[in-house]
Amino acid sequence: MDNQTETKRHFSFGDFYSKLGPLVALIVLIVLVSILNFSFLDPLNLLNLLRQVSINALIAFGMEFVILTGGIDLSVGSILALSGAFTAQLVLMGVPSFIAFLIGMVTGGIFGALNGVLIAYGKAAPFIATLATQTIFRGATYVFTKGNPITGAKMSNNFGFQFFGQGYLFGIPFPVYIMVLFYILAFILLHRTTFGRKTYALGGNPRAAFVAGVKNNKMIIWIYTLAGFLSAVAGMILTSRLASAQPDAGVAYEMDAIAAVVLGGTSLAGGKGKMFGTLIGALIIGVLNNGMNLLGISSFYQQIVKGIVILVAVLLDRKQAKA
Amino acid sequence: MEIDMQHISKAFGPNVVLKDVNFSVKGGEVHALMGENGAGKSTMMNILTGLLEPNGGSIKVDGKETHFASALEAEQHGISFIHQEMNNFGEMPILDNMFLNKEIKTRFGFIDNVKMKAIAQKSLAKLDVKLDLNQPIGNLSVGQQQMIEIAKSLMTDAKIIIMDEPTAALTENEIGKLFDVIKSLKAQGVGIIYISHRMEELFEISDRVTVMRDGLTINTYNTKETNVKQIVHDMVGRDMGDFYPDRHPKFGKVMLETNKLTREGVFKDISFSVRSGEILAFSGLMGAGRTEVMRAIFGIDKLDSGTITVNGKQVKISNPSDAIKDNIGFLTEDRKSEGLILDDSIADNIDLPSIEGFVKHGMIDRKADRDFVNLLMKRLTVKANSAEDEAGSLSGGNQQKVVLAKWVGSGSQVLILDEPTRGVDVGAKREIYDLMNELTDRGTAIIMVSSDLDEVLGFSDNIAVLYEGKLMGVVPTATATQESVMTLATGGEN
Repeated sequence: MDNQTETKRHFSFGDFYSKLGPLVALIVLIVLVSILNFSFLDPLNLLNLLRQVSINALIAFGMEFVILTGGIDLSVGSILALSGAFTAQLVLMGVPSFIAFLIGMVTGGIFGALNGVLIAYGKAAPFIATLATQTIFRGATYVFTKGNPITGAKMSNNFGFQFFGQGYLFGIPFPVYIMVLFYILAFILLHRTTFGRKTYALGGNPRAAFVAGVKNNKMIIWIYTLAGFLSAVAGMILTSRLASAQPDAGVAYEMDAIAAVVLGGTSLAGGKGKMFGTLIGALIIGVLNNGMNLLGISSFYQQIVKGIVILVAVLLDRKQAKA
Repeated sequence: MEIDMQHISKAFGPNVVLKDVNFSVKGGEVHALMGENGAGKSTMMNILTGLLEPNGGSIKVDGKETHFASALEAEQHGISFIHQEMNNFGEMPILDNMFLNKEIKTRFGFIDNVKMKAIAQKSLAKLDVKLDLNQPIGNLSVGQQQMIEIAKSLMTDAKIIIMDEPTAALTENEIGKLFDVIKSLKAQGVGIIYISHRMEELFEISDRVTVMRDGLTINTYNTKETNVKQIVHDMVGRDMGDFYPDRHPKFGKVMLETNKLTREGVFKDISFSVRSGEILAFSGLMGAGRTEVMRAIFGIDKLDSGTITVNGKQVKISNPSDAIKDNIGFLTEDRKSEGLILDDSIADNIDLPSIEGFVKHGMIDRKADRDFVNLLMKRLTVKANSAEDEAGSLSGGNQQKVVLAKWVGSGSQVLILDEPTRGVDVGAKREIYDLMNELTDRGTAIIMVSSDLDEVLGFSDNIAVLYEGKLMGVVPTATATQESVMTLATGGEN
């Protein structure tokens, strides 16, 4: 009995995985891809990878909050597209890029707030509510864009507009700075403020949280607003990078964001997870995508591989939860 | 059948739960198992029924060394376990719940509802329970569900039945029925292991009693040859003195006053007041509306009319957050679903209502926050390895102390305690009473809702009695008797 006690104290796989599992998985993946193709480690490729990751990571930061409450947001891709289209139209109308971006982000927040109201006051299940708004926002994007990309000289010849998604600062793509900035802000918000503490409480036991003075409805609305806002920020990067707003931008982006959150060790039941894990989760997905492209794996197989990786992560997580 | 457990030990990681346990039961006897929460009773029963592996020791069934690999295997050998916490599917009919995974089938492979119903009804008839078995089990009260649970074990051919706190949710009447059934089972040669916190039941129903403490079996007595004092002494490891501490209240000004609080169809015109330093008990039968009044005061449920005055100022409370700002705290009746976030740490539970007070430059000042938590844990003697332990890992009494710490920490001047000692063992009970004394000495006003009439009479200053949503009267505890309170609680005039 004493022996068992000792070993328990020294090494617990469950503990280890929940703390460092995602990070170890990322490192193993990087080593593996590097061995298979050296050009993966080319600084240019790595920077490119980070730029690709930034869009998914931003959405995932918002999704982390949502999933911590035990909810889900399927409308993030549609919000990205609709807010991107608004911004593009504003720029074409001659609105300064900076202001157009701000308006786009705020609209994203408003769409998110709408999700929040439906869930908090309408008592709609998050899955259903955001499935409905996913379709509505997507439809609105098609109506607004008349089904065609919004683009023009005012976008493609506009340094300020293009810098957001295409620019470099000290040799590093600008979207990477945005990702890092919002990671820091999201980290502080989740782990250092009362907003974060209430998010965990809400996901852990909503009734106990309410009795302890948490205003559940208000919290839910703010959290979905945050998710909408961050999706719109991602939408700004995408629109700027392509110098056009595509009506079908961001389709299925919610899947990669949810996958990043889950790969990062956050429980879909809510109440448990870390912002750092989600960042790592987004990087894992980025390395997978980039690595498989470098290795010339067909995009059909890529989907299968990604699906398997997510399954393995979830199964490992289940095992740990039981232990 | 005879079961003999010898030198059983069990540890979860570094936590040694059972050190050396000896326990036996034979057909035709009721063997009571007593012990505080955390003494190891449940672990021992889980080992007996194959839910847990022991680390050491032996289990002999009729003299033969036996080992059950699963709960199902134990059940097939005639050992049935009536759990305290029921795992029912609320939306499913009673009948389906009773036969879950044990459905009887016709020869064509379809479920034989007729036969199942007949068997279920026969078993329920022994308990004098008449119910429509097609209604969802969620419609039943906790007590009724407990009766169903007991009926389930009667359907099996059990030789040994383990009952874990079977009467916790039952009415006097239902308890009477249960005891009749226990006596008849005994006569049929069935052995019963009876786990309870209620001392008087044990003397009424058991033949032998074993007391556990800290993972050890302290003593086994023939019930006839022992007494309450001895058993309590064994349970807590010392003499308890008087069970309820004395009250020496010094009343101050009125802290909370309600005027004609009404929630349509639930309670009507509830007016009362509680002073600084006072413990005002709320008594009444199940469903009298005690908890409902408190939930409305605290802003969990809506009031239709009436006003609330706190500390001389009329206040508007539309949610718990408002109530907390007015320095009201509320320990809810249901600790697990409303009192605690079981997966979160003790610290995160304790500081939740006070968390806004620890914000410095927009962020939580972690050091101040943790100092606050540690101080409260020490003051309320919460027994845990560290403040970072999950709240769910604590025993019932310690969980209750964490909830109390939450509200003491939030600076409550009016503390509403709904069943503060339910599911709490004897030692922790006394600690909670002592703490309530300390709080009222410092000027807190306490409202204590309790179904335990002994507690109401033994540890309060005034007693408010509700009957069908109406306040029948407030009587000084010093002059109240069991009879006078019960008369009011059943709608009679005093």
